[in-house]
Amino acid sequence: MKKLSERRRHPLAAIVVLLFALAATGGLYTAFAPADKAQADSTAQSLAIEEGKKLYEVGCASCHGTGGKGSSDGPSLVGVGAAAVDFQVGTGRMPASTSQQAQVEKKKNIYSQAQIDQLAAYIASLGAGPAKPTKDEYSPEGADAAKGGELFRTNCSQCHNFTGKGGALTDGKFAPSLEGVDPKHIYEAMQTGPQNMPSFPDTTLTSQNKQDIIAYLKAVDGDETTNPGGLELGGLGPVSEGLFAWIFGLGALIAVAVWVAARTAKAKKS
Amino acid sequence: MSSQDIPEEKLPAGRDQEHGAAGAMAVADEENPFADPGLPPHEHRRQDVDEKAAKHSERTVALLFTLSMLATIGFIASYVAISPDKSIYVFPVGHTSALNFALGLTLGVALFAIGAGAVHWARTLMSDVEIADERHPIEAPPETRSKVLADFKQGAKESALGRRKLIRNTMFGALTLVPLSGVMLLRDLGPLPHTKLRHTAWAKGKLLVNMNTNEPIRPSDVAVGSLTFAKPEGLEEHDEEFQTEIAKAALMIVRLQPENIKDKKELDWSHEGIVAYSKICTHVGCPISLYEQQTHHVLCPCHQSTFDLSDGARVIFGPAGHALPQLRIGVSEDGYLEALGDFAEPVGPAFWERG
Repeated sequence: MKKLSERRRHPLAAIVVLLFALAATGGLYTAFAPADKAQADSTAQSLAIEEGKKLYEVGCASCHGTGGKGSSDGPSLVGVGAAAVDFQVGTGRMPASTSQQAQVEKKKNIYSQAQIDQLAAYIASLGAGPAKPTKDEYSPEGADAAKGGELFRTNCSQCHNFTGKGGALTDGKFAPSLEGVDPKHIYEAMQTGPQNMPSFPDTTLTSQNKQDIIAYLKAVDGDETTNPGGLELGGLGPVSEGLFAWIFGLGALIAVAVWVAARTAKAKKS
Repeated sequence: MSSQDIPEEKLPAGRDQEHGAAGAMAVADEENPFADPGLPPHEHRRQDVDEKAAKHSERTVALLFTLSMLATIGFIASYVAISPDKSIYVFPVGHTSALNFALGLTLGVALFAIGAGAVHWARTLMSDVEIADERHPIEAPPETRSKVLADFKQGAKESALGRRKLIRNTMFGALTLVPLSGVMLLRDLGPLPHTKLRHTAWAKGKLLVNMNTNEPIRPSDVAVGSLTFAKPEGLEEHDEEFQTEIAKAALMIVRLQPENIKDKKELDWSHEGIVAYSKICTHVGCPISLYEQQTHHVLCPCHQSTFDLSDGARVIFGPAGHALPQLRIGVSEDGYLEALGDFAEPVGPAFWERG
């Protein structure tokens, strides 16, 4: 031992120590690298949850209570999942201005997608729920629009009308029009059942089924949808069509009948 | 209208005379207490006195008829030239089929121009001199009436119908019975319903099959707040009787928290909060499934009947007279939801008050 300690002042001692240190660092890195990466991920995740919690406390906690437990003004958010948050905040329905109205309507979204994701991460951490769908799941590419039409008529058309134009419910509530709604939000709404809409979980309406429905809606309600019958009058069915026929159709016929029987211009008596 | 109430002979005569120049005005006398003012003097139209105006009208009518011809040619040309798949944007209508739009527009113009031309012709060029026609009594003259009556009496006497009572009675009998053949044939209008309206395709042990996936349903598949539609096991969409059967057997499945179910029978007939109700409204049989998952209300789109699914599907609003029939469900040995029998009462409209 004495020999070794005597050599500690040797000119090469520093280099030897440096080599040992480098080897040890490299070895340690090799041994722990994957664990470190995982730790970095979970750090990012917990950071998102942390940020989401802050956003939640500012924008949501006044109604939904601390920790998402709910209050008299808003339901509990435990177990609603990231998909519900992405839908409610992404369509601007949440945060709602008041809990007194019959139904919270969509409005301009005030959060960035990154903030929504942070909020979603926080809510998802409160209890297991449906996750945000991926683009592969909700994109209508390659889905069967005809099958989607059948599914839509079985499950959705009773409230949203045959082509998704929406319709009335009880006490001022209504099923909104599905025109121009982001496919992601349609998917999330089916999965989570926002407000009074029942949910259609993957166990009873598979992901493929949902994709088919989105493809159907794109076909009948998209920006480029051709309406072979011409004027669709809101697509609301017999009520608007009947009203139009009785008022404008019959009105035009009466006007023509009046013209047919009108007094012709007489020659002025000279 | 009021002129129909006036007896014919009271109407003033002489209305068919040429009016205007003669100025034939009836004078009030004892028989006709009111003087007939006659028709006002005829006023000529511009076209009647001005040949230039008449020519102009003629050209307008001809123009309308020519427009109709052009539109018909346009109709044929569009039919030939435009592909049925072509879509165009027309301002108030939006995206629409180019072919349908062109066909409708040209045919509409073609028909309207014929009508408009004819009306313009009649209004400006055809004679518009007012003409009065006299109304005649519809009663036959007295001599004709007495002749017909005499002929009838003679015929009745010669046939001896009043005297030979056997013939008369048997003839009446035959005439009375003959229509019965027609009444009997009414039976062929269709088979009797028997008890068809009281039963559906549901029976004990039939699995509840998801309408979307065509697979039987496990209790764990049905989430609280979700809505699922089911058909009885063995009923396939390509079956000939599918529509007839599903019209009665259509079922909606929802899951409530068991503590939210207020009706004891509903709770007994449910499985872990999963309840199955007929989808057919008890008012006039509309498919009813506008389910509000927060209030547990189901609304019928036809007449707004509202049912409370947390309280035995009681009617809480609207014209429906009965609660929705509930299907008693349980779990099969394989762990799937199954029916424990048919609906206990007829589904759909309250036919014959469910005697």
